Amino acid sequence: MSAVVPPIPQGNAQKGDAVHPGSPVTVNRYTPMKRLNHWITAASLILLALSGLALFTPSLFFLTGLFGGGQNTRAFHPWIGVVLFLSFFIFFFQLWKANLPERTDWIWLRKIKDVVGSHEENLPELGKYNAGQKFIFWSMTALILVLIVSGVMIWEQYFTQYTSIPVRRIAVLAHSIAAVLIICVFILHVYAAIWTRGTLRAMTRGTVTGGWAWRHHRKWLRELAARRKVGPAE
Amino acid sequence: MSGTMAEQPRTAVSNPPVRALAANFGEQDLVRRSATGSLPAPQRQLTPVAKLIDVSKCIGCKACQSACIEWNDTDPAVGVNAGVYENPHDLTDQMYTLMRFTEWVNPETSNLEWLIRKDGCMHCADPGCLKACPAPGAIVQYTNGIVDFIQANCIGCGYCVKGCPFNIPRISQADHRAYKCTLCSDRVAVGQGPACAKACPTQAIVFGTKEDMKKHADGRIADLKSRGFANAGLYDPPGVGGTHVMYVLHHADKPGIYSDLPENPRISPLVETWKGMTKYVGLAVMGFAAVGSIVHGIFGRANRVAREDEENAEKLVDGRPVPPPASEERAG
Ligand code: HEM
Ligand code: SF4
Repeated sequence: MSAVVPPIPQGNAQKGDAVHPGSPVTVNRYTPMKRLNHWITAASLILLALSGLALFTPSLFFLTGLFGGGQNTRAFHPWIGVVLFLSFFIFFFQLWKANLPERTDWIWLRKIKDVVGSHEENLPELGKYNAGQKFIFWSMTALILVLIVSGVMIWEQYFTQYTSIPVRRIAVLAHSIAAVLIICVFILHVYAAIWTRGTLRAMTRGTVTGGWAWRHHRKWLRELAARRKVGPAE
Repeated sequence: MSGTMAEQPRTAVSNPPVRALAANFGEQDLVRRSATGSLPAPQRQLTPVAKLIDVSKCIGCKACQSACIEWNDTDPAVGVNAGVYENPHDLTDQMYTLMRFTEWVNPETSNLEWLIRKDGCMHCADPGCLKACPAPGAIVQYTNGIVDFIQANCIGCGYCVKGCPFNIPRISQADHRAYKCTLCSDRVAVGQGPACAKACPTQAIVFGTKEDMKKHADGRIADLKSRGFANAGLYDPPGVGGTHVMYVLHHADKPGIYSDLPENPRISPLVETWKGMTKYVGLAVMGFAAVGSIVHGIFGRANRVAREDEENAEKLVDGRPVPPPASEERAG
């Protein structure tokens, strides 16, 4: 329509994201370090859920067997929590900007029926993350903060003498409620990644196909394509 | 080993047996076992026992503390003098009972009263520690009322500390297991009363069936009332279903003056919510999420990338025309 160079779309592209022509097009989504860190987070969350649930209800106490008995389960769980906290918060500082809420998120949420029904054609074009992914990001952030704070307060071996028993009762209740919630968020996260075919390779190989990006994060793909044209690609 | 079974003790002053006796209660007599859903119902009901501590008769000599250390073979660290009579300064994993001293000025008489309370496990009929404990069989309760910790099953999580309304259990930093007064279950099983009661020189601590102990308390309370302690009474708090360690208090209307003895102890509503609602609702919600996503994953239709999506991406990257960005609101 005009000779003016169109502005580069703002799709929350991050350092390391890039498109590569081909058939199909491949798009770099996570660098090796980010993937390694994500798998540390994922593994520690699973181990925490297993060791925590063992103490949560007698019917799952047998899970202590995975950790070498009740004493070991009790001793390892908080340390795995520290690993989770550190790895998640490295991830947090890399991703938080791309996860800030935007106007399109609200439109996307209002059309959640189209999301669930795979009617992408009715949805707004999105940047690197959709509102569902942002929800998972922020709820994980909040819940991990609750879990580390309450978890340290009930860490019998090192920290219980710093809080009174009534405070620790609140902490243990908060810890178990937050644990239930984070396990549900985790299930949602894994389910969404599997249901949306083509997503898992972002965490295994680090790349997705151009079609996946076109379908789900078109604004992000448009930004990467435009950057490739105007500037140094990578 | 001997086939003869010990009698159930009705007092702490009887002499020890001169030959080995078989224990008169054990695993088959459990009414509650921590983190255990299906406990077989006990085949018999033992006579409930109780220890009665008459605060008004205590002279603070700590013979009971010494006897407790002696019998349980614990090794409390040598303490320091912090200007108070409590020694050690708190219950520990090596000190299951502690004389707590309070200097209290009675506002009615202006008299200084020296209140001495022997602190330790109360052996609640409804034990908060047992309710909180996640480890099967780490805390047990026998039909005679004794609440006991089975260290072999304990994982050292400290939940019992949060469950207890009296702040009694202590976790050892050496072996990471919980310890507290056993009501000398190992002595009671062979017909002997608790070591503290046996050692008490003034019989401020007595032991027997709970019924006898209540009767004995009635006599003591009548005596105290006749001597001007109008509010003398028995401490057998109903909020925890009654206890198998009871106090005769000369000011039973004010238990708090005896080193913060709780006025109306009960399992904290926070603990009830944590071990009740949270578990039922939590398991239901997590189960629903897990099963729901598996079922949907099997029977639902996955969201697949279409050929057309790949083609559009290729065109975009090659700089060929592609569908333009729709207006943000996209008609639906
Ligand atoms: C973030 C750091 C965390 C710390 C420091 C921590 C610490 C603790 C501690 C000290 C306990 C008591 C048992 C023990 O001593 O091992 C506990 C229990 C528990 N934790 Fe964690 N934890 C953390 C994260 C998590 C996470 C992410 C989950 C869930 C995936 C979780 C689930 C649980 C559960 C279910 C229990 C049992 C609660 C109950 O008995 O009701 N924790 N945690
Ligand atoms: S520390 Fe207390 S609650 Fe935890 S397992 Fe041992 S006895 Fe049970």
